[in-house]
Amino acid sequence: MDNLLSIVTFVPALAALILGVFLRGEDAAAQRNAKWVAMFATSATFLVSLFILFEFDPGNTGFQFVEEAEWLLGLQYKMGVDGISVLFVMLTTFMMPLVIAASWNVETRVKEYMIAFLLLETLMLGVFMALDLVLFYLFFEAGLIPMFLIIGIWGGANRIYASFKFFLYTFLGSVLMLVAMVGMFADAGTTDIERLLTHNFASETFSVLGVQIIGGMQTMLFVAFFASFAVKMPMWPVHTWLPDAHVQAPTAGSVVLAAILLKMGGYGFLRFSIPMFPVGSEVLTPMVLWMSAIAIVYTSLVALVQEDMKKLIAYSSVAHMGFVTMGIFAANQQGIDGAIFQMLSHGFISGALFLCVGVIYDRMHTRDIDAYGGLVNRMPAYALIFMLFTMANVGLPGTSGFVGEFLTLMAVFQVNTWVAAVATTGVILSAGYALWLYRRVVMGDLIKESLKSITDMSSRERAIFAPLVVMTILLGVYPALILDMIGPSVAALVTQYDTALAAAEAATKLVSN
Amino acid sequence: MAADLIIILPEILLAAFAMLGLLGAVYTVKDGLASAILWATAAVFIALAAWIGVTGSGTNVAFDGMFVDDGFSRFAKVVILLSAASVLLMSEGYMRAKGLLRFEYPMLVVLSVVGMMMMVSAGDLMALYMGLELQSLALYVVASLRRDSVKSTEAGLKYFVLGALSSGLLLYGASLVYGSTGTTLFSGIVQVAQDDMSLGLLFGLVFLMSGFAFKVSAVPFHMWTPDVYEGSPTPVTAFFATAPKVAAMGLFARVMHDAFGGVVADWQQIMALLSVLSMFLGAFAAIGQSNIKRLMAFSSIAHMGYALMGLAAGTVLGVQAMLIYMAIYVTMNVGTFAFILMMEKDGQPVTEIASLNMFSKSESGKALAMLVLLFSLAGVPPFLGFFGKLYVLRAAFEGGLAWLAVAGVIASVIGAYYYLRIVFLMYFGDPSKEGLNGGKSPVLWTFLMASAVIMVVGVVNMFGVEGMAAMAAATLVN
Repeated sequence: MDNLLSIVTFVPALAALILGVFLRGEDAAAQRNAKWVAMFATSATFLVSLFILFEFDPGNTGFQFVEEAEWLLGLQYKMGVDGISVLFVMLTTFMMPLVIAASWNVETRVKEYMIAFLLLETLMLGVFMALDLVLFYLFFEAGLIPMFLIIGIWGGANRIYASFKFFLYTFLGSVLMLVAMVGMFADAGTTDIERLLTHNFASETFSVLGVQIIGGMQTMLFVAFFASFAVKMPMWPVHTWLPDAHVQAPTAGSVVLAAILLKMGGYGFLRFSIPMFPVGSEVLTPMVLWMSAIAIVYTSLVALVQEDMKKLIAYSSVAHMGFVTMGIFAANQQGIDGAIFQMLSHGFISGALFLCVGVIYDRMHTRDIDAYGGLVNRMPAYALIFMLFTMANVGLPGTSGFVGEFLTLMAVFQVNTWVAAVATTGVILSAGYALWLYRRVVMGDLIKESLKSITDMSSRERAIFAPLVVMTILLGVYPALILDMIGPSVAALVTQYDTALAAAEAATKLVSN
Repeated sequence: MAADLIIILPEILLAAFAMLGLLGAVYTVKDGLASAILWATAAVFIALAAWIGVTGSGTNVAFDGMFVDDGFSRFAKVVILLSAASVLLMSEGYMRAKGLLRFEYPMLVVLSVVGMMMMVSAGDLMALYMGLELQSLALYVVASLRRDSVKSTEAGLKYFVLGALSSGLLLYGASLVYGSTGTTLFSGIVQVAQDDMSLGLLFGLVFLMSGFAFKVSAVPFHMWTPDVYEGSPTPVTAFFATAPKVAAMGLFARVMHDAFGGVVADWQQIMALLSVLSMFLGAFAAIGQSNIKRLMAFSSIAHMGYALMGLAAGTVLGVQAMLIYMAIYVTMNVGTFAFILMMEKDGQPVTEIASLNMFSKSESGKALAMLVLLFSLAGVPPFLGFFGKLYVLRAAFEGGLAWLAVAGVIASVIGAYYYLRIVFLMYFGDPSKEGLNGGKSPVLWTFLMASAVIMVVGVVNMFGVEGMAAMAAATLVN
């Protein structure tokens, strides 16, 4: 299995090609076939990806399963995973069969729908495995195309505005990263991420048009990458595309967006910003930490007043991503451990919450919180599952949501106590909006006429939630499962970051003496 | 003398073919032969492209340096011949349906192609002007091919008047250059320019560049483009958007490097300015267009901006990037115009963008191919158009023009909007409105699909164009 990673990456694309070329017609049989092909392909991808998980050696902090081939323009096709990326690969392959299962009720243009999701899976996996700058950019950007179509074709009433905003916002962020990549190529003479990780980009202060830029080239590169990843995360104040995209996207689109696409920003910070531009990161850390703290408090407050369930969860996602950026830029072991943990657990929890909304949306075709109430009377199983994920979203100990928040808060406390204090209020606010949402939708008496005949979850829906419930509780009770896997790679990253900073500081002292 | 003639044999053969074709048709059945001549012309183009591409080697200079046959000119000639052949093949059905299939049409195309081949091989200001005028005169006529249409004649006239103005600028520049250097040979000019860049020579350079900017339709010399694109018959528009652009870019690069290669700093800023203005105007002005031909006009202005970004770098990598960009651009445009030629409603050609409403419902295959081309034109990965942009960005960055690279990517985001708008109409428009029907043509369909497939598959190794462009660029810049 020399090219295990390529196999995992391109199996979904192959299935999409097969669907596109061989499946004809729009009748019920063709639709069913499209669904089963997609289901089979994503499940097969997941099973094959388990080999990566089992053969992965956590003690080895380098890249594993590396594949390399020459490509255009001195670029290369290079794939590999390390402790930081391997679990994101697993998250993607794990979520996709659930996403396909959650789309079983789609009726319009089923073939195209499945093709879009299969291609999206290939592109998302490629992002986490690519070890070449341009290859990374290619996967990162190309993912916009299927998502644009998913929102635009299968989305809600205001889908056109949302899809354009999604595309142009994220495209603008990433093209600046592309220029920075070209600059890195020019400076280091390679686009190989493995070699770039050991390349020292110049960090001497210089001035552009009379403005002193502390950290020099590293700061410029950092800002360009930040423009892309902050939009993708999304961080306050560039998060506004997310609520629109989430509200208009079909349920499965929201799940992919929340569970996987948002993680690309955090992954990017860990893969590029922190290790490649340590001085630039250091210079801008206070700004990023405060942006995260503002994001946590501000978006939690905004979530409190939402009337649309998806919008509320979308804002809560922004708040949770605030914990991630905070943890990453605390730049110590707990912080980065916590950030990765938070991203993975948020993948399960927010995915599950969007699925929860999808369950009742499929029945009532509205996402207004006011349209519901007292669902517990007719949907006990749903109420139970919804409660579990609400609690996990709040960060109740015993669920995976707790571990990530706790680790990141603890990490940032050591770096900047005030930021930690502000961010902690976000935990309280999250309990506020999440529990209030739960009370308004599920608790109380069932008085609305339209809800009197609502049915509880079908066995298909229960089957979708089962793996998510297991993961949320398992990781909450036994977080070492993840931490052991990522620990050594994170430790290496932190050491490298600290060493680079110390070296840069020594160099500045030498110059000033 | 005989050796000189052998070097320009391809041009001689093509010119002889044009004259024989004209004579033959005039004295026999006239337009009855048009179809046959068109097919024969395309075949001759392809055969010549193969001949030049396969057998050409080394750098050969004819007529004391007036004509240069080197790797650079061969690369440009192959692209020009292949794109001209593609457009001719694509135009047959449309021209016949519109009653425009006269025998003069392929012959005029041949003559303009001879001019283009002359342009990219020019080693002297006289040869340059000769090639340029031969090309332009033929194109003026082709633009107004539909004599009974006001728009078409207007297009031809406008093109002619503005083209004459630009030729005047160019000639004035050429005379200033000759006056300052005492020679019209590029190899002589380059030496004088290097030793002593006088004010007159600088003015001459600026006027020459203005003339070239007109031919590549770079801002601020772009005004003719939208009207000519809109007014000309669609196959002619497709031709304008492809081969002449490559020839003009090739000529631009040749003069800049062969005649002014030693004084890059003197023209780099002008080139960068042309580039940035073209990119932004192309991106902004296309947003408001409702006619797809006008939209493609502004799109081509923007694309010329990117190609000029490569030239502005003033390096080997820059010329290589420009050549690759042009090759990709031509391929994308052939496919896009194949699609536009197939836009029909009730047997009538349509150019309104709004008519593409929900096109993916009725013609999912064609819509998908167009989607690929549009994203490729917008420079979104993973399609080949992205790699074209990547090359020019890298060239600009390494040429010390980082600001131009930043401006370029920002313009590409603005430009992405109007390409997305077409995708939006095709895929998530209003299903209640009526869309296009008809437009079945196996030839056009093949070109559209081939172009889309190249955009996807070409990502693997670009079919070796990268290496050829590198060699071509190396022969030009030294």
